[in-house]
Amino acid sequence: MADVMLEIKKINVYFGVIRALRDVSFYVEKGEVVALIGANGAGKTTTLHTITGLLKPASGSIFLGGVDITKTPAHKIVSMGMAHVPEGRRVFSLLTVEDNLRLGAYTRKDKKEIAESMEEVFTSFPRLKERRSQTAGTLSGGEQQMLAMGRALMSKPSILLMDEPSMGLSPLFVDEIFSIIEKIKKQGTTVLLVEQNANKALSIADHAYVLETGSIAMEGKASELLNDERVRKAYLGA
Amino acid sequence: MKFLSQLISGISLGSIYALIALGYTMVYGIAKMLNFAHGDVIMVGAFVVYTACVKGGMNPVLGVLLAIVFCTVLGVCIERLAYKPLRQAASLAVLITAIGVSYLLQNLALLIFKSDTKQFSSVVMIKPVTVAGLTVSGEIIATIIVSVVIMVALTLFVNKTKPGKAMRAVSEDKGAAQLMGINVNGIISLTFAIGSALAAIAGALMCSTYPALSPYTGAMPGIKAFVAAVFGGIGSIPGAMVGGVLLGVIENLSKGYISSQLSDAIVFAVLILVLLIKPTGIMGKKMTEKV
Ligand SMILES: Nc1ncnc2c1ncn2[C@@H]1O[C@H](COP(=O)(O)OP(=O)(O)O)[C@@H](O)[C@H]1O
Ligand SMILES: [Mg+2]
Repeated sequence: MADVMLEIKKINVYFGVIRALRDVSFYVEKGEVVALIGANGAGKTTTLHTITGLLKPASGSIFLGGVDITKTPAHKIVSMGMAHVPEGRRVFSLLTVEDNLRLGAYTRKDKKEIAESMEEVFTSFPRLKERRSQTAGTLSGGEQQMLAMGRALMSKPSILLMDEPSMGLSPLFVDEIFSIIEKIKKQGTTVLLVEQNANKALSIADHAYVLETGSIAMEGKASELLNDERVRKAYLGA
Repeated sequence: MKFLSQLISGISLGSIYALIALGYTMVYGIAKMLNFAHGDVIMVGAFVVYTACVKGGMNPVLGVLLAIVFCTVLGVCIERLAYKPLRQAASLAVLITAIGVSYLLQNLALLIFKSDTKQFSSVVMIKPVTVAGLTVSGEIIATIIVSVVIMVALTLFVNKTKPGKAMRAVSEDKGAAQLMGINVNGIISLTFAIGSALAAIAGALMCSTYPALSPYTGAMPGIKAFVAAVFGGIGSIPGAMVGGVLLGVIENLSKGYISSQLSDAIVFAVLILVLLIKPTGIMGKKMTEKV
C-alpha cells in the first residue's frame, strides 16, 4: 500500500454517551475517487469532521500521506494538502464570492499563484466569475455549492473531501457538480466523496464503503457495489 | 445654540460609548460571549494614564500609548486565562466568569489606588474652538476626531485586510473558518487585543472630558456601551458605532431638555422600544450557530 493517501484506523467517535462511529477503518488510495455512502444519520459527516479535525476521536488514528494527523488541530490540516467541502456548503454568506475564494487560499503565500488558482476556479465555474463581487448569501444553492468547491480548490489540495455536494440541488446542477468531480479526478486530485445520491457516486467512484449506523458494513469496487443486490435494495431504490 | 452644543457633546459622549461598544460587539461576534469585564478595562486604562501622566509626569501621548499596550496585554491575558478554558462550557458559566473578572479588576484597583475619586487631568492638548459664538472644548474635538479615525480604520481593517476577513469568517462559521486554515484561537486573541486597545483609548478620552477616576469608573459606561451594542445590533461593527453615537446623543438631549435624573431611564426606554420593533437591533442580523 505504497500509494495510500488517507488511512483511517479503527476510529471511535462519541457525542456524549452516544457512539456515532464504531471502529471505522478504511483507506483512500492516491488518485482514486472513493465514495462513502450510507443512510441519513449513519455517521458520514461525523467521519469527515473527524478526518479534518473538527471532531476528535476517542480512539483510533488517522494518517495523511503516512503522517499521523489524529491530534492535529483542524486549522493545520488544509496546509497539509487536505481540503474539505462541508455538508450544507457553509460559504461565508456575508463575504463576497471573491473573498470566499481568497479565504480558501488563506494558508498560501504566493500572490501570483493564488491569482492563477482563482482563474482556474473561474474557468471551471464561470458563474462564480460573473458573481465575484456579490455576497455569497445572495447566490442560489447550486452556485453556493460551486463556491464551496471552488473555495476548497483554492488551497490546491492533493485530497478533497466532499460532503453531499449534490444535496438539495436541481438535476441540472447535480450533473454539473459530478462532471466537475470527474474533472478534479482527471487533474490528479484524490477525492473522498460522501453522497446520498449513491447511484451517481458509485458510477464515478473507483472504490466505495457503505456506512451503517456508525460502522463500515460493506466495501469494495464501486462497480461491484453498484450491482450488489443488498446495496441496490438499500441505497439505489431498486 | 443650546441644542447644537448639547448635540455636539452628545456626539462626543456617544463616540466614547461607540469605542467601548465596538469591543463588546467584536468579542460577541467572534467568541459569542458577553465580556462583562470590558467596562473595567476602560478604568484600568485610565489608571495607567493617571499613574504615568498625573503621578509620573509622563507626556500624555506616551501615557495613552502605554495604556493601550497595557490594556491590550491585559485583554489577551484575561481571554487566555479566564475564558479560553471555558470555550466548550455553558454560556452561563462564561457569563458568571466575566462578571467575576470584572469584580477582580475593580478590587485590584481598590487595593492599589483606594476608593477615593482621583482628579484626572486631561490628556488632550487642543485648545477650545469658538465658531459663531459656540465654544467647543478641545476634549470634545479630540474625542470626535479620534473616534472617527478609529472607526474608519477599523472598518477598513475588517473589510479589506486578510486578518479582517478571517475575523468575519470566524464570526460567521468557526468550523468552516478552521477548514480554511484560520486559527480561531489566534483570531479570538486578536479580537480581545483590539477591543481592549479601544477601551484604553476610550478610558483616556472619557476621563479627560469627565475628569473623575475611581475603581468603579468603568462600570456605568460599560453597561451603557453594552446597551449601545445591543441597540445597534450585537455583533455588528457599524451597529456599535451608530448605537453608541445615538445613545450618547439621546442621553445628552434628555439631560438638557427633559431631566438629568431621567436621562438613563429614557435611554433604556428607547432601547426597549427599538428591540420591540426590531429584536436584532438597528443593524443586527439573525445568525444561526454551526458546529
Ligand atoms: N453535534 C451532535 N451532537 C449529538 N449527536 C450528533 C451530532 N452530530 C451528529 N450526531 C449524531 O451522530 C449520528 C451520525 O450523524 P452524521 O454523521 O451527521 O450522519 P450522516 O452524515 O451520515 O447523515 C446521528 O445519529 C446524529 O444524530
Ligand atoms: Mg451528513
